Amino acid sequence: MSCFKSKFADELIANAAYIGTPGKGILAADESTGTIGKRFASINVENVESNRRALRELLFTTPGALQYISGIILFEETLYQKTASGKPFVDVMKEAGVLPGIKVDKGTVEIAGTDGETTTIGLDGLGDRCKKYYEAGARFAKWRAVLKIGANEPSELSIHENAYGLARYAVICQENGLVPIVEPEILVDGSHDIEKCAYVTERVLAACYKALNDHHVILEGTLLKPNMVTPGSDCSSRAKPEVIAEHTVRALQRTVPAAVPAVVFLSGGQSEEEATVNLNAINQLKGKKPWSLTFSYGRALQQSTLKAWGGKEENVEKAQNAFLARAKANSEATIGAYKGDAQLGEGASESLHVKDYKY
Amino acid sequence: MSAFTSKFADELIANAAYIGTPGKGILAADESTGTIGKRLASINVENVETNRRALRELLFTAPGALPCLSGVILFEETLYQKSSDGKLFVDILKEGGVLPGIKVDKGTVELAGTNGETTTQGLDGLGDRCKKYYEAGARFAKWRAVLKIGENEPSELSIHENAYGLARYAVICQENGLVPIVEPEILVDGSHDIHKCAAVTERVLAACYKALSDHHVLLEGTLLKPNMVTPGSDSPKVAPEVIAEHTVRALQRTVPAAVPAIVFLSGGQSEEEATKNLNAMNQLKTKKPWSLSFSFGRALQQSTLKTWAGKEENVKAAQEALYVRCKANSEATLGTYKGDAKLGDGAAESLHVKDYKY
Repeated sequence: MSCFKSKFADELIANAAYIGTPGKGILAADESTGTIGKRFASINVENVESNRRALRELLFTTPGALQYISGIILFEETLYQKTASGKPFVDVMKEAGVLPGIKVDKGTVEIAGTDGETTTIGLDGLGDRCKKYYEAGARFAKWRAVLKIGANEPSELSIHENAYGLARYAVICQENGLVPIVEPEILVDGSHDIEKCAYVTERVLAACYKALNDHHVILEGTLLKPNMVTPGSDCSSRAKPEVIAEHTVRALQRTVPAAVPAVVFLSGGQSEEEATVNLNAINQLKGKKPWSLTFSYGRALQQSTLKAWGGKEENVEKAQNAFLARAKANSEATIGAYKGDAQLGEGASESLHVKDYKY
Repeated sequence: MSAFTSKFADELIANAAYIGTPGKGILAADESTGTIGKRLASINVENVETNRRALRELLFTAPGALPCLSGVILFEETLYQKSSDGKLFVDILKEGGVLPGIKVDKGTVELAGTNGETTTQGLDGLGDRCKKYYEAGARFAKWRAVLKIGENEPSELSIHENAYGLARYAVICQENGLVPIVEPEILVDGSHDIHKCAAVTERVLAACYKALSDHHVLLEGTLLKPNMVTPGSDSPKVAPEVIAEHTVRALQRTVPAAVPAIVFLSGGQSEEEATKNLNAMNQLKTKKPWSLSFSFGRALQQSTLKTWAGKEENVKAAQEALYVRCKANSEATLGTYKGDAKLGDGAAESLHVKDYKY
């Protein structure tokens, strides 16, 4: 095999496959303290530890929701938090058949000599941190690389740096028992058309899989978290879900080896409803799809929940209902069975696009 | 798309898909004049144009053979030859539902500074040659890159050169309407085990698909012709199921689903081995988003050649021998081969020649 021999190989393969179980997907609840602060500000909630804890408890204890979730990505603080009655969140998840995941990157920095392109940092001491997270109950990790489309972007340098950073992160995770989610996000910002996005996505994904091969990563024990292929946010023409589905699946067919068990899409700036409808179209498409196609949504799972909660104890039930509705809708989308009938919570159709999005 | 837009795109995609039709595969009959000379010598037949023509006529008119084939790879000379009653071979093939293919590389040369590693030549004027071949009726092409396993081989240089040579050849073919068969053969020579072969095969294939992406090749309009993953020729043999498992896993890890078909080379395998291994792959229960078929030269022609021995009176028997192998391999593409092919003389004979050069 060109992959290294990991003592965790069987476990990695089993966990990665489990995350791709049809009908399930990932809740990305790994907003850093700074980022969750922005969310809270939008609903006038103070950014303190007890509120951050309360929001995550609201999500993780929503009756009936966790059956649609195979994994939850956490920020480090959350990995060690407990419910109000003192039960560790990781235990709540495990008992519900949900794998805890952990964000391990330390954000992006600009690459000198480029026009605002970035690379992601976090490799120093990553092995030790992964070991610690595994002991705390984490079984998968996430690292977000960011690329953009522009006149001269993404540059060959940016593609190479981000691909090889992802590959190095991935193998370190596998050495320590964590399934790495490989996330090469190409921002939706720009006025380019869907063809351009397809072209860039294929180029970036091809580079990622070359890098993963060079670094001896066990593909069966990884997940891919890509952007869908869509027109840019400023493009004059919108694209129907079927067109997005066609371009997205074709890009994956051209680049993602069948050994990868599941592709878990990011939602980018899509509204809750858009993200669900597009995922549904992807799963309805007839064509070769040798990987599960599911979700790893942050904003697109939490937007209406946040608005319904507003930080108030008396709104918890309403907020939980909103979350349940989105979780169920996306679960149906993973099997192409979504009928567009999810009770639209306030804000479910609202675009969540923020220009040049930074976590 | 990262693929360039070829005016031939639809045709390339349709032809590549056709070649991967379940129940069909490729007969590699593209031996150069020098190489066919060695074959003919082994059956005491003179290496002259009439004999080369006669052999190919025997193959292409064998009753029952063409329905088992989707393509035949030809050497340039053969592309312009005719049957004894004056019919162009390419027309015989077309009428039999078989796409004519053409070998377009010009052999290998050593890479300076390496330990006998090679690169393949043939890029100069390739576009013009492809145009010509398309006009003569060819619809796919083949280019053989060769790598070897050794202490320090394959080197990063050899992998890069061969992968990028293949990619450049591939896009030039597509610009001119020919489906490129991408063939990165890793020779079976050596005493390495199957795991080593798997590791090298995965590394080489990953490099090939990166190169194809860089060169904007339309993957849906290509075919892959890899070696199966096996122990080295000097190592103990393993069961077909083991070969199947390692081979398919290597492909799952490297070959995008957009590629419609994988047409294995037979390397030094005997006719029967090659068929059994292909059969085992098609029986394996696992993700296989491409057809798995054959592109066999020696492993389809060995018993036929021996039976013919250059004699007119042996033609019928020789054609039956070919039909037996074609049918067996056709069944192997469906995983239904029962191992009951009437073994012709030499069918179980290893066809391994150390450091094989065409």
